[in-house]
Amino acid sequence: MRSVVELTERVPETPSTVTLRFAFARDAAPGQFVMIWFPGDDELPMSLSYLDGSSKGVTIKSMGDTSRNVQRLEVGARVGIRGPYGNQFDLAPRRVLVVGGGSGSAVLAPAAERAAARGAKVTVALGATQAAELLFRRRFERMGARVEVATDDGSEGARGFVTGVADRLLATEEFDAVWTCGPEVMMQKVALAGRARGVPVFCSVERHMKCALGMCDACALGPFHVCVDGPVFPAERLLSLPEFAHSHRDPSGRRVPFGTR
Amino acid sequence: MADLAVRVGGLALRNPFLLASGIWGESGESLAGAWDAGAGGVITKSIGSRPRPGYPNPTIEEYSDWGLLNAMGLPNPGIEEYPREVEAARARGATVIGSVFGADAEEFATLAHRLEATGVAALELNLSCPHAEGYGTEVGSDPAEVAEIVRAVVRSVRVPVIAKVTPNTPDPAALAAAAESAGAAAISAINTVRGLAIDTTLHRPVLAHGLGGLSGPAIKPVGLACVWQIYDRVSVPVIGVGGISTAEDALEYLMAGACAVEVGTAVTRGGVAVFGRLVEGLSRRLDELGYASAAAAVGVAHPPRR
Repeated sequence: MRSVVELTERVPETPSTVTLRFAFARDAAPGQFVMIWFPGDDELPMSLSYLDGSSKGVTIKSMGDTSRNVQRLEVGARVGIRGPYGNQFDLAPRRVLVVGGGSGSAVLAPAAERAAARGAKVTVALGATQAAELLFRRRFERMGARVEVATDDGSEGARGFVTGVADRLLATEEFDAVWTCGPEVMMQKVALAGRARGVPVFCSVERHMKCALGMCDACALGPFHVCVDGPVFPAERLLSLPEFAHSHRDPSGRRVPFGTR
Repeated sequence: MADLAVRVGGLALRNPFLLASGIWGESGESLAGAWDAGAGGVITKSIGSRPRPGYPNPTIEEYSDWGLLNAMGLPNPGIEEYPREVEAARARGATVIGSVFGADAEEFATLAHRLEATGVAALELNLSCPHAEGYGTEVGSDPAEVAEIVRAVVRSVRVPVIAKVTPNTPDPAALAAAAESAGAAAISAINTVRGLAIDTTLHRPVLAHGLGGLSGPAIKPVGLACVWQIYDRVSVPVIGVGGISTAEDALEYLMAGACAVEVGTAVTRGGVAVFGRLVEGLSRRLDELGYASAAAAVGVAHPPRR
């Protein structure tokens, strides 16, 4: 069930993120994730940040012990991959607003690339704590998207949150869909802004996972399971859920409010 | 139309299909979802005294369509947090059976008593999880210990107590007999079969914990054999578990002596819609065979007894 592959490339993207690439021939669509086994360490769900052809990739943010060890893996290190799992972004919309916060761009970039390749007009609102952390900013620009940025510290673009940029864009331009990924509170704001303008919003959601097969309930979110019903959800499904942007579950299944460790 | 309502001792179920413990059981909403999809009852995750994260991943290995190997390590939010999930499921009308595990008879009894207070219709004792150190098989593989645990639990609750036995032992029927003698209202058999997967490229076990428990279609013959033997040994109702994914599988278990069955692995990927198919399929099959009810098919594969 698992393929054991060697890391073929290790690309630092920002001070706190790194892309790991590996040969994995199975077809995958933007939005999908794989479970990556770092032997002796952990097995984690990761959205594919590169998925064209047989060379795929994931982009990892430094968060917790496992991620720091993982970020130090060298080319040639072996990992186990199973998947791809989950659903995908619907690539039909012709005018897409992509709103990425933090490491959220990892799943959005391949979706934007596919949409742009099909002739869609892609606009990107990108946010980060500081300029150096704007993940895939150049990649978005290279695909022909119009990119507007916001940083917490004002080191680049608008000072403040990317949701402000998204609000402005939604107010002044026409979009057929919004794709967003980032901190859940951010996605909720984007979802509400899209709803207010009558634009459908799709959120790529994260939850702790164990089986990734729709069985163990670790990733239960309301009536859904992120691993089989998501990770991409239409915002209308999420906005009515008390847990959305409010709480998630720790590995024991205890509900934990966002913002606490 | 065959009547699918069954009784498991004092527990009345609208149909014989229970959601097995460990599947969709971390959240009350998921339990309710299984109920809405047609399950006759839902069994909670096995709950312990403290929140337990379980083992690190990998916790699961999938064998195409015939098996799952898991070493989850009994992750659960603990008895303090879990009642809210039971309440959420019961608020949606579900018949909920609480599952508990402990290191000794006293812990089982305390947990059973506390989980009973949430309004569960019965309790299932996880005596048989084969891969949790200090729990499961090590606790419930000795008939005398099984009897001690069951006795302590039965003394501290009023709802029916179901003892879930392990297949990883030479004589599961002896465990079942011990549980019955101590007051168990029913026996469920089986839990997962001890198993292991090795990754030959990495020269190591696949699962982080090493040994795991095998479930799914591959273990159906093992489950059936245990139900068969237990049915011959005890008088209390038997619940069959292990590899049920079709109505035909369920019927095998009924004919082997089970009055109800639990479904777990079959929920993988396709979700709880499996319950609707099982209910419809069993009803059709019983009609075809001329059984007026699910109860009428229980044990019919055995030679006439007594």
